[in-house]
Amino acid sequence: MSPIYLAQDPTLADFGRDPWWLVLGKIVFAFAFGLLATLLGVWFERRVVGYMQVRPGPNQVGPFGLLQTLADGLKMAFKEDILPKAADKVVYFFAPTISVICAVTALSVVPFGPMVSIFGHHTPLQVTDVPVAVLLLLACSSMGVYGIVLGGWASGSTYPLLGGLRSSAQMISYEVAMGLSIVAVFMTAGTMSTSGIVAAQGDGTQLTIFGQTIPAPGWYAILLLPSFIIFFIATVGETNRAPFDLPEAESELVAGFMTEYSSLKFALFMLSEYVAMVTMSAVTTTLFLGGWRAPWPITIWEGANSGWWPMLWFFGKVIALVFVFVWLRGTLPRLRYDQFMRLGWKVLLPINLVWILVLSGLRSIEDWDTRGKVIAVGVPAGILLIATIFWPSRRPQPKPTTQEQVDNRPHGSFPLPPMDLQVPPSPRITRVVAEREPANIVAGSDSREV
Amino acid sequence: MTTSTVLAAASGVSGGEEVTFWILGPLALIGAIGMVAARNAVHSALWLVLTMLCLGVFYVLQAGPFIGMVQIIVYTGAIMMLFLFVLMLVGRDSTDSLIETLRGQRVAAIVLGLGFAGLVGGALYRALQGTTAVGLEQANAEGNVQGIARLLFTKYVFAFELTSALLITAAVGAMVLAHIERRKQDKVDQPSTMRARFAPGNYPGPKPGPGVFATSSSVATPARLPDGRLSERSTPDILPVRELTAQETTLKGTDQ
Repeated sequence: MSPIYLAQDPTLADFGRDPWWLVLGKIVFAFAFGLLATLLGVWFERRVVGYMQVRPGPNQVGPFGLLQTLADGLKMAFKEDILPKAADKVVYFFAPTISVICAVTALSVVPFGPMVSIFGHHTPLQVTDVPVAVLLLLACSSMGVYGIVLGGWASGSTYPLLGGLRSSAQMISYEVAMGLSIVAVFMTAGTMSTSGIVAAQGDGTQLTIFGQTIPAPGWYAILLLPSFIIFFIATVGETNRAPFDLPEAESELVAGFMTEYSSLKFALFMLSEYVAMVTMSAVTTTLFLGGWRAPWPITIWEGANSGWWPMLWFFGKVIALVFVFVWLRGTLPRLRYDQFMRLGWKVLLPINLVWILVLSGLRSIEDWDTRGKVIAVGVPAGILLIATIFWPSRRPQPKPTTQEQVDNRPHGSFPLPPMDLQVPPSPRITRVVAEREPANIVAGSDSREV
Repeated sequence: MTTSTVLAAASGVSGGEEVTFWILGPLALIGAIGMVAARNAVHSALWLVLTMLCLGVFYVLQAGPFIGMVQIIVYTGAIMMLFLFVLMLVGRDSTDSLIETLRGQRVAAIVLGLGFAGLVGGALYRALQGTTAVGLEQANAEGNVQGIARLLFTKYVFAFELTSALLITAAVGAMVLAHIERRKQDKVDQPSTMRARFAPGNYPGPKPGPGVFATSSSVATPARLPDGRLSERSTPDILPVRELTAQETTLKGTDQ
């Protein structure tokens, strides 16, 4: 790492020094990014799903149908805003706004890029950063549930209530898995600030192959692969996206928590869903995919990680993750509720706990000598291997043959046809064959043809 | 050091801290009063959420960002959500009744509550008057999170572990009480269901519909089996088997 590179990394001391107009500009930028990502995200999703289902998708409004979402949004604004008679009016009104506010707030601690110069001010491309920034993200996602749950409750109808109940249970379960997978990141990075985590992923080990130095990526997606996979699965669960979109399962609950919503309130729920998807992609990028840092082939170019370019890499990674979200939706069928809960509590959680235990074990022996390391890793691994090999397995019972099963049936059982039943040829077949014109077959050149 | 840490670390109360306090303090109070006064249980819970959020911000203001975030994530995000979950199961129309079971209970509660608040506030004010806060900078010297982690895993590790053991015991106890263990032989899987269906003494076909081969379309009329007998299985258990009399089945003379 050259000192120029290191100077690009913002530290916590770089935040809180901007003039008010710069702070305002950054906030407006983050907000506009969320809204624009929704506009393009809906179009992107519909086009990609359309491509996967061999149909064009929206292609009429604007070039490539790009303005379709805008047209839909305008249309939605002019729809009648229905307030159900049984609704709890205040809560019904506030629920969608809670969702949107929480989804957008999370963008404020996402680093879009390194230190840049804006009108002479040297400032990081990030609204703000705090020592507990990742916890702020978790708090935003856990508060965002309130919008969905309250929306479901305040609608005063059965399907939304069921959707809201499902959502609350779902989010609490998957937040546990999510929080645990972030623990591995904290342990490796040694910090909870997002800019610090991005900086910690910058310096991977250098591999020397054929005299060329290739920096191995310090991405936590590679170093902490189990955490990454579990985090992404939990992210899909947190954002209510297919295959985990149980709160709005349209085949069971009409539209779940937003059944009774219409017009702009419905649009706000849609907005919050897509902003949450983009925010979660951005968070995954920050925590596991190196944030705004360029991957290896680009880093050959010296200026890849400085100035405004990193924003491009960041957006590229975010779009790739959004594509995965859409891909999942286009591929996987919706889970049943009990399967979903079993996956969260009985699969993701235990794997995560064991993985954190292994990781902390590995980290605590980091500064031992090689012999100690080999013993510390080899002995538990050997015990595990021996235990797996010699684990007493129940001898499989020989399966009785069909004839034995038939013979063992008690008296008076439902009658079965005899096992050696010869089915006589149907008389209709012989008749049809007899009536058919004899085929006129000419001997072919190949002897196998008759 | 972040802005929030700097804010509170300066001796005395800075302007930003004061402004935030005077905005959020009344909000927290309104939330607390609303929580008691609201008649709907869910509204009550929502007022409490408001108070908890304000408390979280206060913690952040006083240079404790970690505890502030934990307050929001754990209390507001998880525990209040579980409360809401239960309240929503109870039903949205269940509101408190305004009838006092003890006469004068409400007035007495308000007077006692105000008195208690006055006593605590007065005592705190008298005790803390003129004292200056010390030790915040040492506590946050290497960062707030690191400071808490050092204390939790060195000085208070035993208390910390005991608390977690207590919580786990409670959780496991609740699960043991609520869990219904089914023995392995009691679990009915699909093959054994099929075997039971074709076992001797059980007719594997569908039950006959009521009224089939019968002289009436009433559900109370039993079906006739192919051999002419009446089938008890075709009628619901609560209905008596009833065969129509000859008089009932004859024409009523209305078709002329």
